[in-house]
Amino acid sequence: MSDLAIRVENLGKRYHLGAFGAPVIRYQTLRDTLSEILSSSSKPRVSNPQSRSGENGSPDHIWALRNVSFEVKKGQVLGVIGRNGAGKSTLLKVLSRVTDPTEGQAEIHGRVGSLLEVGTGFHPELTGRENIYLNGAILGMKRVEIDHRFDEMVAFAEVQQFIDTPVKRYSSGMYLRLAFAVAAHLEPEILVVDEVLAVGDAEFQRKCLGKMSDVAQQGRTVLFVSHNMSAILRLTEETLVIEKGKLALRALTPRAVDYYMAAGFSQEGERRWHADEIPDQAYPFQPIALRVRNLQGKVSETVRSVEPFTVEFEYHLAASMVGLRVGIYLISTRGEYILTSFDTDDPVRFERFATRLPGHYISQCQIPADLLNEGRFIIAVNASCFRVKRYFQDEQALVFNVEGAGAPGMQWPEPRLGPIRPRLGWKITSIGSFED
Amino acid sequence: MAVSMPEKVPSGMEEVTILRPPKEWEALNLRDLWRYRELIYFMTWRDLKVRYKQTLLGASWAVLRPFLTMVVFSIFFGGLAKVPSDGIPYPIFSYTALLPWELFTHALNIASRSLVVNSHMITKVYFPRMILPFASILAGVVDFAIAFIVLLGMMVYYGITLTARVWTLPLFLLLAILTAMGVSLWLSALNVLYRDVGYVTPFLTQFWLFITPIAYPASMVPAKWRLLYALNPMTGVVEGFRWALLGTASNSQSGAGFQTLSLAGLQVGGLQALVIISGLVSLAVLISGLFYFRRMERLFADMI
Repeated sequence: MSDLAIRVENLGKRYHLGAFGAPVIRYQTLRDTLSEILSSSSKPRVSNPQSRSGENGSPDHIWALRNVSFEVKKGQVLGVIGRNGAGKSTLLKVLSRVTDPTEGQAEIHGRVGSLLEVGTGFHPELTGRENIYLNGAILGMKRVEIDHRFDEMVAFAEVQQFIDTPVKRYSSGMYLRLAFAVAAHLEPEILVVDEVLAVGDAEFQRKCLGKMSDVAQQGRTVLFVSHNMSAILRLTEETLVIEKGKLALRALTPRAVDYYMAAGFSQEGERRWHADEIPDQAYPFQPIALRVRNLQGKVSETVRSVEPFTVEFEYHLAASMVGLRVGIYLISTRGEYILTSFDTDDPVRFERFATRLPGHYISQCQIPADLLNEGRFIIAVNASCFRVKRYFQDEQALVFNVEGAGAPGMQWPEPRLGPIRPRLGWKITSIGSFED
Repeated sequence: MAVSMPEKVPSGMEEVTILRPPKEWEALNLRDLWRYRELIYFMTWRDLKVRYKQTLLGASWAVLRPFLTMVVFSIFFGGLAKVPSDGIPYPIFSYTALLPWELFTHALNIASRSLVVNSHMITKVYFPRMILPFASILAGVVDFAIAFIVLLGMMVYYGITLTARVWTLPLFLLLAILTAMGVSLWLSALNVLYRDVGYVTPFLTQFWLFITPIAYPASMVPAKWRLLYALNPMTGVVEGFRWALLGTASNSQSGAGFQTLSLAGLQVGGLQALVIISGLVSLAVLISGLFYFRRMERLFADMI
């Protein structure tokens, strides 16, 4: 019996690009297939599925994962980090058998429990008790196992008195706790966890993190994906950094996190919304793009701490809107809110834009120089009418970097605590001197 | 097709799963289906539990659907159009056929959508995907059992006594279930790729209703078309149900047409031939459906 839990060799996963450029295969109608067959005679498609032409393969394919190899020892807790779309989730999906690899292979020693999402298969009409059994079975637990741990799960979720109430009557907090409770009591040899901690309140997150470290201490193997760097730092010793579908680095967690934060992963500094990402209730508000522009006016993912920069939100109104406010939140990668600002905060502008006619708009906001500390920041956007309706919200619209050169205190090469780094006016007064 | 993916290699105590790119055609991997048998039970139970929530009439819908259809058929086909019914009172003649038919169409409608409806599970957790259509069919079997009690009541009312043939009923029920499974595997897998299936299924069931002897006896079909007619597995199921419960085919001319049916040179009795043909077609659909489903299964999480 080896002490290996997972061995991954040259793993690759290729997706076909859909009609909207999204890395999924859209479902097609028979008509599409027929027209593809008819047009294929005149326009030969790539015949060799393993073709390696270009960086990302042929234009209608995208490699979400390519040439990834690594090993995980039994009992190891391995972190996986990388920005959105880097391939982390694809890796976990392949390892938990949700989807098959396109090339390479993976060897898994033992039962895999995947926690790609809590509450999978929860049905709102069923009671808490019924959902525990159903969800447990979906996650691969045996009935006797669920019987055995039932009380523990209910206690963990703190829903004792509501256990026979349909979960549709639960508060969202209760629902989440119950969902996590089932998942947390899975006892596979290998646990694969994806960003389950991104949900819920602080108290709940603390509880989940506690449960996760329990699991780790029991000597089980855990693969843990998160954007929450403090959770990664706390729970894992070693971390993989995935970048554009490739394994960029495997190192001890503090080094991997530094690398990830500092690498300035070249993102365009722009986020565009596709039609299918906009929920129906957003109407008549249609977000188009969110951009970060540096002092020179160029769209950039990295801005300097010592220079002002601009955040601009481009959107379309399909009908005129009364009392609309469009705003941004600035959030640290640890999830702390740094500021909230709306485009009609100013009373004059609030009056002037009381009604916005249909059309194309850009709301721009300048973030002053000497405000943010170096590091990565998240911009969330919100378009709402106060106390009437929230039309659109994206909690993680865009990520950008702040580069610290020239910021106060840079003569000491040490990370500074706190998300902001303002240039404060210090005064040093000497009160008496021994020289006198 | 020789190597299944993922394969399980027992090594000492632990099990090793090898994940590698799938082949064109995969082995059926029934072992995983067995391992997850409890999930089939829980999914069936969920379907039943949820189906009639917030309905006024609840589980009585299981009876009402075939019963009301029977009433309509009895008025229009039995009463007005004077469709013959092999000497059996028309209401019970049609209701007996409607029971397996409801099971079948229900399976087609629910199971063909089962993968798409549960897409959130498919993209998040591994389990043998066949569980989803299978559970929808099993939930239909429970409905069938409820509606069957009404049939027993009707038999008492019309003074029809059960004969020893009733013991063959599970066989015909099994044939109905296998047929439903085969067709559902095809439709549910196709539905992931082509949402046209959602539009085709109601047509298909309506059309299928006419080529199955539900509102009329099989004996009405001209002899020269009977072989073609028997290719519909539901014909065997429906005629079998009537034979087992009502004793048709022996006391009427309904089976007469099949009596001398020549099947590949073999002279087989009427209903027997019908059931054999139906069974073979049903098995062919089921086996091809299983392999097609397995072939498409690997695309589900990416395509759905």
